[in-house]
Amino acid sequence: MELNVRLFALYRERAGKNIVTVAVADGATVSDLTDEVRRQIPNLAPPEVKIVVAVNTDYADSEVVLQPGDDVCLIPPVSGG
Amino acid sequence: MMIELTEDTLNPEKITELVRRDTNGSVITFLGTTRDNFEGKTVLTLEYEAFDEMAVKKLEEVRQELMAEFGLEQVAISHRIGTVGIGEISLVVAIGSPHRKEGFNACQKAVDRIKEVIPIWKKEVYQDGSRWVACEDHEFSPEQASGQGHSH
Repeated sequence: MELNVRLFALYRERAGKNIVTVAVADGATVSDLTDEVRRQIPNLAPPEVKIVVAVNTDYADSEVVLQPGDDVCLIPPVSGG
Repeated sequence: MMIELTEDTLNPEKITELVRRDTNGSVITFLGTTRDNFEGKTVLTLEYEAFDEMAVKKLEEVRQELMAEFGLEQVAISHRIGTVGIGEISLVVAIGSPHRKEGFNACQKAVDRIKEVIPIWKKEVYQDGSRWVACEDHEFSPEQASGQGHSH
């Protein structure tokens, strides 16, 4: 399946775009998705950094299984306030 | 509106008024304001970006958590987004409560939670560059940086 992954702040700037389209297998997890995004955009984050993901506006653990049509967003470290 | 994300200047008096009740003996209002320096560098302005839908949802969750934990009924949170000048208000948390103690405690927790979980980002803009705050762990080491473009 193809998913449109939204990027914000640092990730948006590093990628040079606010949406990246990635193809992952059916049954793919959040961590499969971040692996694929990293392959497409190696300068997104250093390999030792865990990329935080939101699925359908909730934080999602790496083992969460993705569904077609999910709203997937990559969340760099937050700094509100 | 008890939760608000806005590009407009925040009005703390108006937000405070939302949590005033005759049954409350205490109102705590916290203002987060934009600072003009970082490690000796002059900050010219700040740019706030939000994942709007999720930020509003998570702010409401934080609000509900606080009300449950501290037995409160009046909690209002407003966060500014977009370009914010130095010395301006970027965050207002207002808490009305029957007694002061739970108000102070709830206010402290509110600001801590906001900084932990709300998908809002701030960028400090300097004369000679800019920095996304709290993203130090995302800096590439010199070896990693020189290896880029050859990876895969």
